[in-house]
Amino acid sequence: MNIKPDPTFHASAKLAMEAPAEKLAFTLMLSPDGSQPDGLAVVDVDPISKTYGQIVHSLFMPNKGDEFHHFGWNACSSSLSPLTGHAFLERRYLIIPGIRSSRIYIIDVKEPLKAKIHKIIEPEEVFAKTGYSRPHTIHCGPEGIYVSTLGGGGPDGTDGPPGMFIMDCETFDILGRYEMDRGVQDKQYDFWWNLPRNYMVSSEWGLPPQFENGIVPEDLLSNKYGHSIHFWDLRGRKNVQTIDFGENHQMALEIRPAHDPAKEYGFCGVVVDTTNLEGSIWTWWRKEDGTFDAKKTVTIPPQAADPDDLPELLKGFSAVPPLVTDIDLSLDDKYLYVACWGTGEMHQYDVSDPMNPKLAGKVELGGIVADTKHPNGKDFAYGPQMVEISRDGKRVYWTNSLYSSWDDQFYPDDEGGQMVMANVGENGGLTLDKDFYVEFPKGYRSHQIRLEGGDCSTDSFCYPNV
Amino acid sequence: MGAGVYHGLNPGMGWPLAVSAALMEKRRSALWGALAALAAGHFLAMTAILLPFSMMAALVEWQTSIRVGAGLLVVVLGLYLLINRRHPRFLARVPPSRLALWSFLAAMAHGAGLMLVPIFLGICAPSEVDAGHGAAGALMAGNVGTAFFVAFVHTLAMSLAGGILAAIMYFWLGLKFLSKTWFNLDVVWALSLIVVGGIGVATALN
Repeated sequence: MNIKPDPTFHASAKLAMEAPAEKLAFTLMLSPDGSQPDGLAVVDVDPISKTYGQIVHSLFMPNKGDEFHHFGWNACSSSLSPLTGHAFLERRYLIIPGIRSSRIYIIDVKEPLKAKIHKIIEPEEVFAKTGYSRPHTIHCGPEGIYVSTLGGGGPDGTDGPPGMFIMDCETFDILGRYEMDRGVQDKQYDFWWNLPRNYMVSSEWGLPPQFENGIVPEDLLSNKYGHSIHFWDLRGRKNVQTIDFGENHQMALEIRPAHDPAKEYGFCGVVVDTTNLEGSIWTWWRKEDGTFDAKKTVTIPPQAADPDDLPELLKGFSAVPPLVTDIDLSLDDKYLYVACWGTGEMHQYDVSDPMNPKLAGKVELGGIVADTKHPNGKDFAYGPQMVEISRDGKRVYWTNSLYSSWDDQFYPDDEGGQMVMANVGENGGLTLDKDFYVEFPKGYRSHQIRLEGGDCSTDSFCYPNV
Repeated sequence: MGAGVYHGLNPGMGWPLAVSAALMEKRRSALWGALAALAAGHFLAMTAILLPFSMMAALVEWQTSIRVGAGLLVVVLGLYLLINRRHPRFLARVPPSRLALWSFLAAMAHGAGLMLVPIFLGICAPSEVDAGHGAAGALMAGNVGTAFFVAFVHTLAMSLAGGILAAIMYFWLGLKFLSKTWFNLDVVWALSLIVVGGIGVATALN
């Protein structure tokens, strides 16, 4: 407990943008075959440092087969909520779930170069206290730490629907399920919210048998992955509305609300449209009467390809789909970054008018067919995937792995983990930084990135920009 | 009155909520609306605690025991808050639109009402002459009136203090100072309860 709020907590997104730039990044490393323990890499991102662009510390876990994916902080700017009185927590612990093992690690990064394990929550405890499995997205909010899960109970995670649970923000005890009324929600992936307006939005990927051993083509072609987003009364814990994008819009994944809570809209990325292989971005918003609506505002077409250049899975289509697997919104709510993991592109959209996004910049790197090299001449395995933006919006970082078994299906010949960075121009535009290229140790792939002091997909702000 | 100013300045009693409400609705009148709701909740919490004690205070013969008991109760709550530094999670379930309810619950959970009890009982202490002679009913009516009066004055002082702070933040300083002026008063608050309770016990025994 501090006497004054943690200096990395900011009342508004605008104040967070004015804070000092990040000097360190935390990136998850996963061993795709489970032969080595997964780990957390601390990467130096301070351009004036001698070890710039290098891994300056690594922490490996005592178990194997966790499959690290997403992670989050124990506390963020949401602690300044005037309603909850958690202003004196420290941003000190990273909550890292294993989506394959259901084990959760609490890592103390008060001294980042001496990062250490603070607590381990064993899978049995997660199962017993929640009836859920495969924990995924982490956000800190009014009642503590909220965790979404991808699986229900039972060995294959299909005994009951997946959902969310809450952890105590100080002791990290699992308190129990979040939902009081889940309505029609039967799949789960990401979630985020607007704290002062008291609503939450959640999305859907698929159930564990649909992803753990690889994508199931029959399920995809029969539109069995998730295609709806759910709106919740956050504190009432009730699903108040579900919007179905239409069953051909398979895998509605990342939820990115505007950071300024006075704005009542946000975005969601859809991986693939099974009628035409397009990727799409949807804008959702809250109407005057308090109900929600959503509209497709960006479509990204597939690119024609020679079947010989395509993996088994895609040969029949003679095209490579963009595969929109991650999106991220800058803190000024101006630019939305869209990872096209299939074609190997990172798109930058100007979303100043959220109903009418405009392509402002683009970087080509990796890709199933294009396989574009980094400007430093090195290969980039797979395509641009998990993306994170600096608080000031000037630097965009990303890694390359989607999910171990899916990487192998879409990119059977690739291997390796890399993290790169692109600079954002004064008036938009995106250019890869030739000097920033992190290679993870042999046998490791990399997934989500978190920036020291918070970034564009961790912090929830309780006061509008003024 | 002093206690009211003190409660008002404590962010735990809600002034940042008024700033947030005004900013979210983009009009300054929302600041006063939010402050009014917070004051209503706080006033209710004060009267809810003070009224039963005002009734009991009429039991003149038990006067000392009641005052000692009330003082001890406040000391115990202070000790509890000192040892258990966790925040009540039920407050997090109140939707932001229910400010008065939030204010009521926050004041209850923090023992803001109890803090007033020893002070209040000091005011109500019947003079020596009255002892044993005054009609219990009249005494009780008088005490109930005092309870409302104390709760009112206290809430007024608290709203003024919190309101001034919220207005300074909203009109001049801006959000940057919100996190800078937000001090952790948990320990000080718990200690105040112990001190106030202790003084209550001491004066009752004298």
